[in-house]
Amino acid sequence: MAESINKSRIDLLVIGGSAGSLEVILKAFPQLTTDLPFAIILVLHRKQNTDTTLIDLLSAKTKITVIEANEKELIKAGCIYVAPADYHLLIENDHTLSLDYSEKVNFSRPCIDITFQTAAETYKDRLACLLMSGASADGVEGLELVKTLQGITAVQDPKTAEVSYMPQKALDKMEVDYIVETDKVFDFINMLAKSSELTA
Amino acid sequence: MQESAIRDEEIEILLNDLLELYGYDFTNYSKASIKRRINRLYSLDKFPSFAEFRYHLRNDAPYSKRFVEQITVNVTEMFRDPGFYKALREQVFPHLGTYPFIRIWLAGCSTGEEAYSVAIVLKELNLFDKSLLYATDINPEVLEKAEKGMFPLSQMKQYSENYILSGGKHEFSSYYSANYNLAKFDESLRSKMIFSTHNLVSDHSFNQFQLILCRNVLIYFDKDLQAKVFNLFDQSLENLGFLALGTKETLRFSSIASNFRQLNSEKIWRKV
Ligand SMILES: C[S@@+](CC[C@H](N)C(=O)[O-])C[C@H]1O[C@@H](n2cnc3c(N)ncnc32)[C@H](O)[C@@H]1O
Repeated sequence: MAESINKSRIDLLVIGGSAGSLEVILKAFPQLTTDLPFAIILVLHRKQNTDTTLIDLLSAKTKITVIEANEKELIKAGCIYVAPADYHLLIENDHTLSLDYSEKVNFSRPCIDITFQTAAETYKDRLACLLMSGASADGVEGLELVKTLQGITAVQDPKTAEVSYMPQKALDKMEVDYIVETDKVFDFINMLAKSSELTA
Repeated sequence: MQESAIRDEEIEILLNDLLELYGYDFTNYSKASIKRRINRLYSLDKFPSFAEFRYHLRNDAPYSKRFVEQITVNVTEMFRDPGFYKALREQVFPHLGTYPFIRIWLAGCSTGEEAYSVAIVLKELNLFDKSLLYATDINPEVLEKAEKGMFPLSQMKQYSENYILSGGKHEFSSYYSANYNLAKFDESLRSKMIFSTHNLVSDHSFNQFQLILCRNVLIYFDKDLQAKVFNLFDQSLENLGFLALGTKETLRFSSIASNFRQLNSEKIWRKV
């Protein structure tokens, strides 16, 4: 599997997480390579009205630009976009972002499945998705579609995830390309960066 | 999860049918959301094929009504974003209080939760009697609900919390009476509301307002359509009037931006 990855170039990495993910991401961020050849989108379940603090928290951990995903914004390599609380984040064919205030899905808004799905349908094999710790099944179906459309799929290792349910649920349903150790998330992202550069 | 059954090209075909046969123009809506809605409807109504789906839309006028109702997103809340209502209460209405008459337009009002929230704030500021609220939406079905002023009782705890956070000082429950699982809002609130269909895409300016609220509607429009609607609002707003958008919407990049000044932190602009 690692072989095929070495040859693949991605333009976008989407990370979906719920309970127990944020801590892991905050730990990973300082060790990320600062010249990312792709964009990262974070879709995190959380309480409402915590947006500015979340962006500040994340920004403090990396030199990479971390911004809230604005509607109509063009996705650019080298930036990290955070889905705002209480809106779904969708990806358009022209690689711009859209926000949607429709019903919650899987009891969640933002819903990870929706971002995974719309990202998969536009980026196809130029996409990687990582599903992290959480007590929800959100993201599992979307990850399956990512796989169907030839994207790279990964989950945080349920053995060391704070809440194993979400990544385990994915493993029960599908074979993923990567099972990422909880303290190796940065490594995984840097590896994607490296292989994307090699094939650029 | 399967790939969307109805593909991009098919979405275009359906939207063109809707425009040609029924005059509803959704062609400048953000595609990803409309695609999701159409696919949702397709599986909800269990069509066996795109052809059958299209046939229904073209030949069954009542179905076109359902189609429009279902592809628009009507989710809303009372006192959604309490900080926004606090700004209305403390920074907008005090200005409008000096006018002899206050006309407010709620564009894309959905099932009316927003209109009743604004009415409550006006009441508490003693401005209600000289106000008129024009609440419009493209979707006639949501307007019918809005006119009834009945919302799920199960939501009242949340709404009451929002209300208090927004600076409300009364007992929120004094504004409604519980009726089985519904909260029926005070008839008097309804007395200053005018409900009407209005399509922001194709209908014109119909009055001059001191305040226009259009929240969480523009996120569904592409940039060109947003620009067009901003012009409509500019035309419909008196000098020194206010324009209020949703938390994630902005006037900043529009051509009318230079005519407006933003109030501190909220998405409220004043025409200057
Ligand atoms: C998500 S709701 C927003 C409701 C409320 N303003 C809020 O923020 O809670 C969007 C509303 O916009 C309406 N809408 C969509 N397209 C429209 C159009 N072209 N003209 C008028 N209303 C439209 C929909 O029917 C829906 O009720």
